[in-house]
Amino acid sequence: MSEEVLKLTELQLDALKEVGNVGAGNAATALSQIINRKIDMSVPKVAIMPLGDVPDVVGGPDIMVAGVYLRVFGPAPGSILFLLPRESAFYLVDTLMGRNEASETLDAMDESALLEIGNILAGAYLNALSYFTKFTLLPSIPALAMDMAGAILSVILIQLGQMGDHALVIETEFSTEADGVKGHFFLIPDPGSLGTILTAIGVKE
Amino acid sequence: MSELIKVGMADYKVGRNPSSLISYGLGSCVGIALYDPVTKIGGLAHIMLPDSTQARSTENPAKFADTCLPLMLDDMQKLGASKSRVCAKIAGGAQMFTFANVTDIMRVGERNAESVRLVLKKMDIKILAEDTGGNYGRTVELNLVTGMFRIKTIDKGEKEL
Repeated sequence: MSEEVLKLTELQLDALKEVGNVGAGNAATALSQIINRKIDMSVPKVAIMPLGDVPDVVGGPDIMVAGVYLRVFGPAPGSILFLLPRESAFYLVDTLMGRNEASETLDAMDESALLEIGNILAGAYLNALSYFTKFTLLPSIPALAMDMAGAILSVILIQLGQMGDHALVIETEFSTEADGVKGHFFLIPDPGSLGTILTAIGVKE
Repeated sequence: MSELIKVGMADYKVGRNPSSLISYGLGSCVGIALYDPVTKIGGLAHIMLPDSTQARSTENPAKFADTCLPLMLDDMQKLGASKSRVCAKIAGGAQMFTFANVTDIMRVGERNAESVRLVLKKMDIKILAEDTGGNYGRTVELNLVTGMFRIKTIDKGEKEL
């Protein structure tokens, strides 16, 4: 096993978890302000799992989700993927647009709103990562897709597949007090970036 | 007994009449169905990457078009399929997200489909039908009774190849 992610120590995983915790905390605060609701956030899970198991984290490869995808530029490039179950995506835009009835489809305005939410959350998350690493990390323009979870996740899983058969998943779940919004936030470092991040946060072997 | 056999990402499975092989949520990955209509033995592969020679990790041969398909054909032949009768149907290879400046990473769906065509050509296996490209996910199911390859999408309908 020559895979980078399989060689991570407890200390390194804890450090990544802490970065994930602060990043997701920032993102949850931002989301809470956007929709003016209290947001609860789970303690981030840091897991190393076979690539094929990742879609199960969000409920299986064939459930419908909205995904906002961004590339990260800077010394530690990577990808960010924010996944929302279909109902959560609709709830979010309906709340944001001040609609009382649940929508069935998304119009261009709604899609734009989801992209902007993805943008803000990614920015909040990257702020934490920048703070810990002292790197300037910038997000690309976001892209949106509404489709099967497996299909959307394939975009990041394929990138990981070039390096190995396992994914390092730093994942946080958001929820509002009511039934509301659930979301999953994935940070996927490019090949080589994980080492750069570990060095920068001071836990490189 | 009729069984629904699930094929995960970067994996392949073979089976025989009257089972079905299914793989959920293909995005940029490509699903390849091989089928021998006489023995009704078939296989379904869910490959992630075009080429094992360009990857750092090649521990799992089912991940790549070039290494997965010969293995799957071997397993089908062990069950009794005859290579001369085996034909292929393929689906997937979408580009899920669109960016203004498309990098190679984003074009991987297209490259996957190209590589699958090339590998099948080298193996001398004919492609009967394909449904590739686009920007949407697909769930694919190979019915080993009929050889039908059913493709389901969220809002682009359903079709049979």
